[in-house]
Amino acid sequence: MMLLIALALGLVAVTGTMVALTQQPARQAVTLSVFGLTLAILFMTVQAPDVALSQLAIGTAVVPLMIMLTIQKVGGSR
Amino acid sequence: MNRRARLVLFAVVAPVFAVLFFLAVRGLPSFGSEFHPYADRAVAVATGQRATANVVSSVNFDQRAVDTLGEEFILFGSVVGTIVLLRPAPEERDAGLRPAGGVLPTTRLAGYLLLPVSVLVGLYVIAHGQLSPGGGFQGGVVLATGWHLLYVAGRYTALRRAAPPTVLEIAESIGAAAYTAIGLAGLVMGGAFLTNFLPTGSFNDLLSGGTVPLLNGAVGVAVAAAIVLLLSGFLEQAVVLRRTEEPLAGSSIGTEEPLAGSSIGTEEPLAGSSTTVDDAEQR
Amino acid sequence: MTTLPYLVAGWLFLVGCYGLVTSHNLVHTVACLTVAQSATYVLLLAVGFRAGATAPVFADVPVGTRVVDPVVQALSLTDIVVAATVTAVLLALTIQIYKRHGTVNPDELRTLQD
Repeated sequence: MMLLIALALGLVAVTGTMVALTQQPARQAVTLSVFGLTLAILFMTVQAPDVALSQLAIGTAVVPLMIMLTIQKVGGSR
Repeated sequence: MNRRARLVLFAVVAPVFAVLFFLAVRGLPSFGSEFHPYADRAVAVATGQRATANVVSSVNFDQRAVDTLGEEFILFGSVVGTIVLLRPAPEERDAGLRPAGGVLPTTRLAGYLLLPVSVLVGLYVIAHGQLSPGGGFQGGVVLATGWHLLYVAGRYTALRRAAPPTVLEIAESIGAAAYTAIGLAGLVMGGAFLTNFLPTGSFNDLLSGGTVPLLNGAVGVAVAAAIVLLLSGFLEQAVVLRRTEEPLAGSSIGTEEPLAGSSIGTEEPLAGSSTTVDDAEQR
Repeated sequence: MTTLPYLVAGWLFLVGCYGLVTSHNLVHTVACLTVAQSATYVLLLAVGFRAGATAPVFADVPVGTRVVDPVVQALSLTDIVVAATVTAVLLALTIQIYKRHGTVNPDELRTLQD
């Protein structure tokens, strides 16, 4: 159990770093979606199903969608 | 402040923050410890006199319902702000959808099959918030994302017709107002704002928990309407609105098409499929 | 393992701030802000965890089982949804900035006289 939590924490740290270091917003929307998914997995391992439900819907679907639509309008450069 | 100053400031402050945070965190109880006094009391109250199986919902909508009222109104204010900011500018007009390829039949089938399932799951999660993991916030978001399958599997115009902004704005306002109205009813009948004044029912029943199911419903409606409004506003900006050729005199924007140099390419919805040609829908 | 989750929360916050500071595009800034916000969720849920306990939902476990802290979960789940709407406001502001100034590069924006 603790090993699962440690693994999930490691995944979250790695994907979070990737989100911050991806400079192109179009690519960053995809990494942000993956980050949302790893966060949802972490929340499940810490016995928080309500929070995981929220995070799954919002972090993998709604926020990356809004970012991609903004890029569509704004014309994402580097 | 310019970029260099920003970087220097960060380089100085970040290690200080890291050290202080590390020292502070070492004083916390270790991960997984037994010392949670507030939690024990919250669980005892929720399962005892309030008969709510999902303690998180009980904390959100019963024991700390005023905090959720505040969050509800942050949501309301943010949506109002976003709608105002995403108004079409004077030099933009609704140019209709750009012609593009068709939706793949498999995508369309998947969307049409998943839409009623998603809406039903969303309603289920809202209704059973007091019994199983779920509630107004989660179910509202699931409901909203199910609604948007109309755009992914079909046309943007189908979504715009099925989710007219006026109806959504009214629904969101009703959700926020219902929460306050239930709170005021609690004030009238129980002596304090947001008292749980309805009979609590028996444990694990669908109608247990007093006002928790009602507040769940109000929040669910408000959150679903809010997210559909937000996504529709962004879709409108990205897919439909386009600048006309002549800008207003004195404005500082150029005349060229904003998306000509973008790295995304054509106006495609994000599932990888494209909207169909829709000449008859010119506004 | 006793402090690892808290350290991961601190790391997420610092990485998010680093992305904020070195950003060339306001949309990238908003996404890094999301990362920094998620540090608070990780910290809260880590504080509320209880080893060997289960989720605080008593639908099918008997009343009296050891559960994790439900109060921090209640705080986190409302915050996630509301933070998404605040992100929407920031993105709408970015669109407005683009319409008015034609650029979303924060360094270029700083030099405009408007």
